[in-house]
Amino acid sequence: MKTYQQINDRISSGKAVVLTADEIMDYVDEKGVEAAAQEVDVVTTATFGPMCSSGCFLNFGHSKPKIRMSEAWVEDVLVYTGVAAVDIYLGATETRHGDPCNMYYPGEFRYGGGHVIEDLVAGKTLQLFALSYGTDCYPLREMRTYFTIHDLNQAIMVNPRNCYQNYNVAINDSEKPIYTYMGTLEAKRKNANYCSAGQLSPLLNDPYYETIGVGTKVWLAGAQGHVYAEGTQHAGGGPRTPGGVPMGGAGTLALTGDMKRMRPEFVRGVSFRGYGISVGLGVGVPIPILNEEILRRTCVRDRDILAPVVDYSNEYPQNTGKVICHVSYEQLRSGEIEVEGEKVIVGSLSSYYKALEVANLLADEIRRGDFHLAEPIAPLPKDTVMKPLVAREKP
Amino acid sequence: MSETVTKKKWMLFFPKCDSEKPIIYHLVKDHNLVVSVFRAKVTPEEEGYLVLDVTGTEADIQRGMDFVRTFDVTINDTGKGVNRDTNRCTHCGHCVAHCPTGALYIANRATREVGYNEADCIECLACIRVCGYAACASTF
Repeated sequence: MKTYQQINDRISSGKAVVLTADEIMDYVDEKGVEAAAQEVDVVTTATFGPMCSSGCFLNFGHSKPKIRMSEAWVEDVLVYTGVAAVDIYLGATETRHGDPCNMYYPGEFRYGGGHVIEDLVAGKTLQLFALSYGTDCYPLREMRTYFTIHDLNQAIMVNPRNCYQNYNVAINDSEKPIYTYMGTLEAKRKNANYCSAGQLSPLLNDPYYETIGVGTKVWLAGAQGHVYAEGTQHAGGGPRTPGGVPMGGAGTLALTGDMKRMRPEFVRGVSFRGYGISVGLGVGVPIPILNEEILRRTCVRDRDILAPVVDYSNEYPQNTGKVICHVSYEQLRSGEIEVEGEKVIVGSLSSYYKALEVANLLADEIRRGDFHLAEPIAPLPKDTVMKPLVAREKP
Repeated sequence: MSETVTKKKWMLFFPKCDSEKPIIYHLVKDHNLVVSVFRAKVTPEEEGYLVLDVTGTEADIQRGMDFVRTFDVTINDTGKGVNRDTNRCTHCGHCVAHCPTGALYIANRATREVGYNEADCIECLACIRVCGYAACASTF
């Protein structure tokens, strides 16, 4: 048994033993759980993939004369101004003004909120255009200017839903190709796409949220951020394997971090043909090895994690909840799965390669004594389920 | 020069003035080359591009290349119709399932690094359509 304080003391002294979730299984197989739990202080987990429910608050400071922005665009991408005079929220999925979207199907969605966020972190010069109705205290009615992230007072990423614990494998049962947030899916089950780092993914290594909770410090695209709440659509109460691993989406994390400290290679605009815009983010979460049980759960392997195969041509859009079958991440990573007796080629939207890079970068930061762990101030709920939106008559 | 039959990938760039000359006809008829065109954009009165495989003896391929060079046509024999920007690629592997020839492939099973073997690319452009990060791009 170890405490957060003991682990942080070892990190401060530069003696902490840190392994990635990719390395820990073989290590434990060799040393045994008991000895390894004594020895190992932290296991780093990570993921890199499109995370739609992301965005950032920006504060521009005040112009002379002052403006209270009522509508604004950054690089022609609409931002939300209903916050305060010069505070805005920029959402990752917002499209650019004038984008034909799916008018000429499938649309290309070359640039949008996710790309603005990437350009901001990369330090590029961006255009702000803002309008106002004008007030006695904020008389300016219009502003067009150019800025970089360094000109802003704050640029804080605030992501309501990141790091889905597990996710669907998308397939297309129809007779024509479809264009989804799970990528391009060819007709008649020709290909399938999945989106998870599997055995390296944060919440799959802590399936019962024993160490990851509100207040947990995370590595968010290179910045030291934290979990500020349970993520939206968090539903820890779904079905699990006998080993405790959720067999569907389940838990999510709401994350925040300082964008001025982020690295552009881990904040990447994504264009989904025929669907829209997203942002690809790299997230790392350290798991403190407080006891043997926590260590044992970090030893989860791709073969133990099952993902539901779902048809995105009809069942997903109609919200029927139908699952065709479950497949393991080991099968998915082989490049081919079997669905109802037929072989299907598999692609991934989540990058294991970049997730490994994140897990190693975080491990190095902890070993150097530059990243300490934070004890959660509240746990994530384990028993909630996802509620639907019901179309009701006016009461 | 050996008599062994080999295959080479060429990308031809046609400036405006030469875009209507029957170069491919002469490659086949006069230089015994088997030609397989992957992709072409040759519009009258505009510059054009042509990406093709030529199969023949090394001597015939060399003669064909010399013939093409008598025109104001640029030959790029390293095949650059599709470019992959390794800095933009996140190695997610979305493209791998859509690549019909395996030119894009998982190069390392452990790290899931995506590799690109240009020689196997037939320039179907599927990777350009599916890559969310615009890591693959066409020269034309």
